[in-house]
Amino acid sequence: MNDRNEAASPATGTHATGTPAAGGADDRPVGPGRAYEALARAQADFPQSELAHFGPDTPLTLDAGVTLTPFQVAYQTYGTLNADKSNAILICHALSGDQHAANVHPVTGKPGWWETLIGPGKPIDTDRFFVIASNVLGGCLGTTGPSSINPKTGFPYGLDLPVVTIRDMVRAQAMLIDRLGIDKLLAVVGGSMGGMQVLQWAASYPERVFAAMPMAAAARHSAQNIAFHEVGRQAVMADPDWRQGRYLLEGTSPRRGLAVARMAAHITYMSDGSLHRKFGRRLQDRDGRTFSFDADFQVESYLRHQGEAFVDRFDANSYLYVTRAMDYFDLAADYGGVLANAFKGVKTRFCLVSFTSDWLFPTSDSRAIVHALNAAGAPVSFAEIESDKGHDAFLLDEPELTAITRGFLDSAARAVGIAR
Amino acid sequence: MNAREALIQDLTMKEAARAASGARVDLLLIAELVEPGSRVLDVGAGDGELLALLANTRGCDARGIEISRAGVNAGVARGLAIIQGDADIDLADYPDDAFDYVILSQTLQATRRPKWVLEQMLRVGRRVIVSIPNFGFWRMRLDLLLNGRMPSTENLPYSWYDTPNIHFCTIRDFVALVEEVGARIEHATALNGYGQKVRFNLPWAVWNLLGEQAVFLLSRGK
Repeated sequence: MNDRNEAASPATGTHATGTPAAGGADDRPVGPGRAYEALARAQADFPQSELAHFGPDTPLTLDAGVTLTPFQVAYQTYGTLNADKSNAILICHALSGDQHAANVHPVTGKPGWWETLIGPGKPIDTDRFFVIASNVLGGCLGTTGPSSINPKTGFPYGLDLPVVTIRDMVRAQAMLIDRLGIDKLLAVVGGSMGGMQVLQWAASYPERVFAAMPMAAAARHSAQNIAFHEVGRQAVMADPDWRQGRYLLEGTSPRRGLAVARMAAHITYMSDGSLHRKFGRRLQDRDGRTFSFDADFQVESYLRHQGEAFVDRFDANSYLYVTRAMDYFDLAADYGGVLANAFKGVKTRFCLVSFTSDWLFPTSDSRAIVHALNAAGAPVSFAEIESDKGHDAFLLDEPELTAITRGFLDSAARAVGIAR
Repeated sequence: MNAREALIQDLTMKEAARAASGARVDLLLIAELVEPGSRVLDVGAGDGELLALLANTRGCDARGIEISRAGVNAGVARGLAIIQGDADIDLADYPDDAFDYVILSQTLQATRRPKWVLEQMLRVGRRVIVSIPNFGFWRMRLDLLLNGRMPSTENLPYSWYDTPNIHFCTIRDFVALVEEVGARIEHATALNGYGQKVRFNLPWAVWNLLGEQAVFLLSRGK
């Protein structure tokens, strides 16, 4: 769920021992946060990405019962589509991710969030595969979302955008794939909310997905996870600068609220073990307690930095929409309450991955999917990877994850006859 | 090889032999029992050696369950369909007749509920292939008789206190279990210490002495 670089050690390490984050300082070379925020805002309508526009002739029918039109999908591609159009892999991003999976981020200047797995010679090999990563519906980096301009009013949608679901996101992606002239994807790959999209793809368009790789995912969002999301949303909405969602019109920004939401969420992406290993009870650039509410502890400084860095690149209303989409996700509910029915007759081959220390999307969630796939007779692999890095492990350099992803995609590629 | 050499080979303990292809001979024997193109579930698949053999040489849709994380991850990294799971629990999740064959190779003795596992396999698969290490093998008996200690061999090297093999049986014990669960033995082979067939078609009592392991092809009884 995190930008890899926010979760991984370089930024963290610098920060934990460097300048305190209190008050919004960060470790980037230039500019106050608001400048980044403005840069991010511009991406909502005019992203530095490829854009697919869908006009009135191709409306998107949403689960909410309304149609969205016009709308647009922003996406990045890597590698080359082969003549058979058989080597396309769709990457689905998580809650706070975007389409910049394997290129320098236009707002933050940081490397793509999944460069551990995507690139030349890497498991999702851009020398061999045509990799597509799109921003989700409801997002804020170019695909239609609450910070996009509503063509009917000329102002940002704000809360006038209908609430979207994971299935709506996947419908929009399918329209993008149509637009790219691709009938069948070699693979759909994603972690966390991206994994939810992968499952939805396999359920909605089984004939269009040869291989599916949902990582650290679940077929439904748990009560605990909905609860955490609600805390985050309430933090956003409690910020007076949120202005009932009209902050873009009123020239304010609920930075404090969104930062608190992100801080709370960030804890859920880690584990007790990884927090202890990274920070323990170490103090932040001071010899003793200050007997104040400054960020005495490194872990406090780290979380404040995470919050600040996040609000620079993410829209508060998007946070509400996308967390809501995850909360509403319950794949079995669309199939009479029986998850196996979602995969009945599905020929797609699956590979699921979970991580031992992930308590947000625990192994039991993945196992429930595996059981349903077995009951449906679908080919499935499942590996639990030993890691103390919590939910974020899927974004990090985990050698077993690398090997499994490579093995699974390689065998899928061989099965459809894609040359090495 | 004449009969005498064969007998000497059968009575000699060496680690499981490998064919020129590099495959374990006992696994090749199991693979031979599987009709090409079948749907197969290998319970206790390890790192997927048998799965790979079945997929590559028999064109099978082969899937595995394996309890060890390392085994699963190695197998999945090889592109095999293996899930991490426990035969003692997870077989219950498969629907009836999900597979043409369910295979349990050298693993029955490590399950907590061998009878339940066998029954589940016979429910999930139309046919079942089980290979077992034979605790009635002459060397085991001799070892226990002469040394008075729990036997260990190269294929079963564990001490009694740390062995995963908690439910050892002999060939005759297993035949009795097959009868008890109402299954039918369609084919049986005893293997010597090389993992090769004992070359004489002999009564159970003799196989029980000469076979270091045995492979059974079972189907549901009437």
